[in-house]
Amino acid sequence: MALADITTPSQETEQASVQGSGWRRSLLIAVPYIWLLVFFLAPFVIVLKISLSDVVLARPPYFPTFDISEGWQGFVAMFQAFDLENYVWLTEDTLYLKSYLSSLKIAFISTMIALVLGYPIAYALAKAPKEWRSTLLMLVILPFWTSFLIRVYAWIGILKKEGVLNYVLLWSGIIDEPLTILNTDAAIYIGIVYSYLPFMILPLYAVLEKLDYSLLEAATDLGCSPFKAFWVITLPLSVSGIWAGCFLVFIPAVGEFVIPDILGGSSTIMIGKTLWVEFFSNRDWPVASAVAILLLIMLIMPIILFQKQQEKQAEASQ
Amino acid sequence: METLVSTQPVSDFAPWNNPGEVPLVHFDGVTKKFGDFTAIENLSLNIYEREFFALLGPSGCGKTTMMRMLAGFEHPTKGNILLGQGNLQEAPPHKRPVNMMFQSYALFPHMNVEQNIGFGLKQDKTPKAEIKRRVEEMLSLVQLEPFAKRKPHQLSGGQKQRVALARSLAKKPKLLLLDEPLGALDRKLREQTQFELMNIQEQLGLTFVIVTHDQEEAMTVASRIAVMDHGKIVQVATPAEIYEYPNSRYSADFLGDVNIIEGRTDISTGETASLYWSDEEAPLTVSTSLRLPAQTTAWLAVRPEKLRISKDKPPTSDNCIQGKVWDIGYTGNISTYHVKVSNGSILKAQVSNQERLADRPITWEDTVFVHWDKGAGVFLET
Repeated sequence: MALADITTPSQETEQASVQGSGWRRSLLIAVPYIWLLVFFLAPFVIVLKISLSDVVLARPPYFPTFDISEGWQGFVAMFQAFDLENYVWLTEDTLYLKSYLSSLKIAFISTMIALVLGYPIAYALAKAPKEWRSTLLMLVILPFWTSFLIRVYAWIGILKKEGVLNYVLLWSGIIDEPLTILNTDAAIYIGIVYSYLPFMILPLYAVLEKLDYSLLEAATDLGCSPFKAFWVITLPLSVSGIWAGCFLVFIPAVGEFVIPDILGGSSTIMIGKTLWVEFFSNRDWPVASAVAILLLIMLIMPIILFQKQQEKQAEASQ
Repeated sequence: METLVSTQPVSDFAPWNNPGEVPLVHFDGVTKKFGDFTAIENLSLNIYEREFFALLGPSGCGKTTMMRMLAGFEHPTKGNILLGQGNLQEAPPHKRPVNMMFQSYALFPHMNVEQNIGFGLKQDKTPKAEIKRRVEEMLSLVQLEPFAKRKPHQLSGGQKQRVALARSLAKKPKLLLLDEPLGALDRKLREQTQFELMNIQEQLGLTFVIVTHDQEEAMTVASRIAVMDHGKIVQVATPAEIYEYPNSRYSADFLGDVNIIEGRTDISTGETASLYWSDEEAPLTVSTSLRLPAQTTAWLAVRPEKLRISKDKPPTSDNCIQGKVWDIGYTGNISTYHVKVSNGSILKAQVSNQERLADRPITWEDTVFVHWDKGAGVFLET
């Protein structure tokens, strides 16, 4: 309390000085806004426009196109040519629904596996002696120094029939004939969990490292066994880290294209792959754009949930 | 607070003087090492039922280690700790009839006040109605009924402290450990809470062990104090005994203010001793039963409030030293005169200010006489 009283006056003067140079503050805030406008909102509007257009054999492969020389008339004509045909098409062919659902399923299961694997790792990191922690944390981040693509390709060498994994398992006598892992769903799960595990570990580590160890002592002192203390103290207090980790894995995993393309089989459909096929193989830009827009809307939901959760957390910790 | 019950006279309660009394806690030759560092060295100690026992010492003296061994968070390297008749060693922390109030309070941030207080009872599978009753009882004991549904972060420091106390008391433990329980409170609140703690301890008839580095706090609340230094117990006695009859310079110095005068003895009679503290001046006389060989180095410890100070030489006095007023420490109710004596050392004499400031006769640079009776000080060999 006393501390808050002391800091308030200095904060007020700070605020006054910031308000004094209002244009500088606006400039600072403008930078990220302009960035988002140029690199997110503008492309989004272009994709939205294409998704409302019709496919044609032309260059570019859609119609109508925006021609500035026709002026206002041309602009109105363009709007009149827009329709929702592509979105209707997405509901008519079950492939798209299947792709979306399959993506959600794969992303969800991968997230759960990453949580189950990541929690003990984060816990061990947080409990490790202080002088070890930064080194161990470095090891978690180290894979990022290699290209994502190369790391995913490397899994082919491990998972294929005559790959490292099968060789070791055969050699040790655990299996008699090589397992088929590559080009199956299992390979996709392995790839996604492997790639996104650090995103699960880091937020979990951040909360677990801050966890007050005396709370666990207090719990055991009051008659709670150490095992139970984990469930009633540690786990509830790391919920914010669990949410953050899950969203950070789930969101990119839903739209994942590279991993299912490289490691998955032809029978696995994910929305990212469907989109790619639509765009490059079918050259149907409008439908591909509609798929992309729907994917974005689908992903915005968990992102909003994530933001809400973060806000709640911030309020609670005040 | 308002429920200040008059405290029983301390002299009525002295189980430690009764050889037939079985101690509640018995430390039997306990040693605790952390690597090469010895935190507790071959320590034996008895704590009796219904005692308010204080472990007092500077940080790093091993007092917290002793408390953590009682709670079960640390284990003795050697020796035994007995609770009642049972050996504590075997029991893990969650199976001991001992509860602890943590210095940081360690309140569970995701539970409200009620849930925090009921946590221990819930672990014991106490029926819901009974938990509710006990939680209400505890809430009224610490006067926090209106805050039952609040989360810890919505409470003030003093309120948190009460919740922590209520939580550790809810299971009515045989032994309650308090680790610097009032350290985070401001002075006023701390003094008030000290009396509350004593009342609660008396009301519930429990045994409290408190760890503190604050000598005033220990003297206020405790029935007995163990003064600790470097993993050893220097003295265990009632606050008054330690203050009036410290057994060493360390415990004399740790509890309250003290003048320590070094000197050599001559042959002591068993009733009084003489201390030669200066080549030019007369020896000091002290009542003591200690018998020390002649020419041994010894010390006289005498409290500043037991020294008298005057401008004229007193007609009769067991000990009288002339000096010059070097400094005056004025704290309102009392003034402490720092008097420089012939060998250059400073004696502190405390005088209570019964007169207004301007009326007092002694001031800086005055030549004064500091004098005291032979029974006022304690003769120490260590």
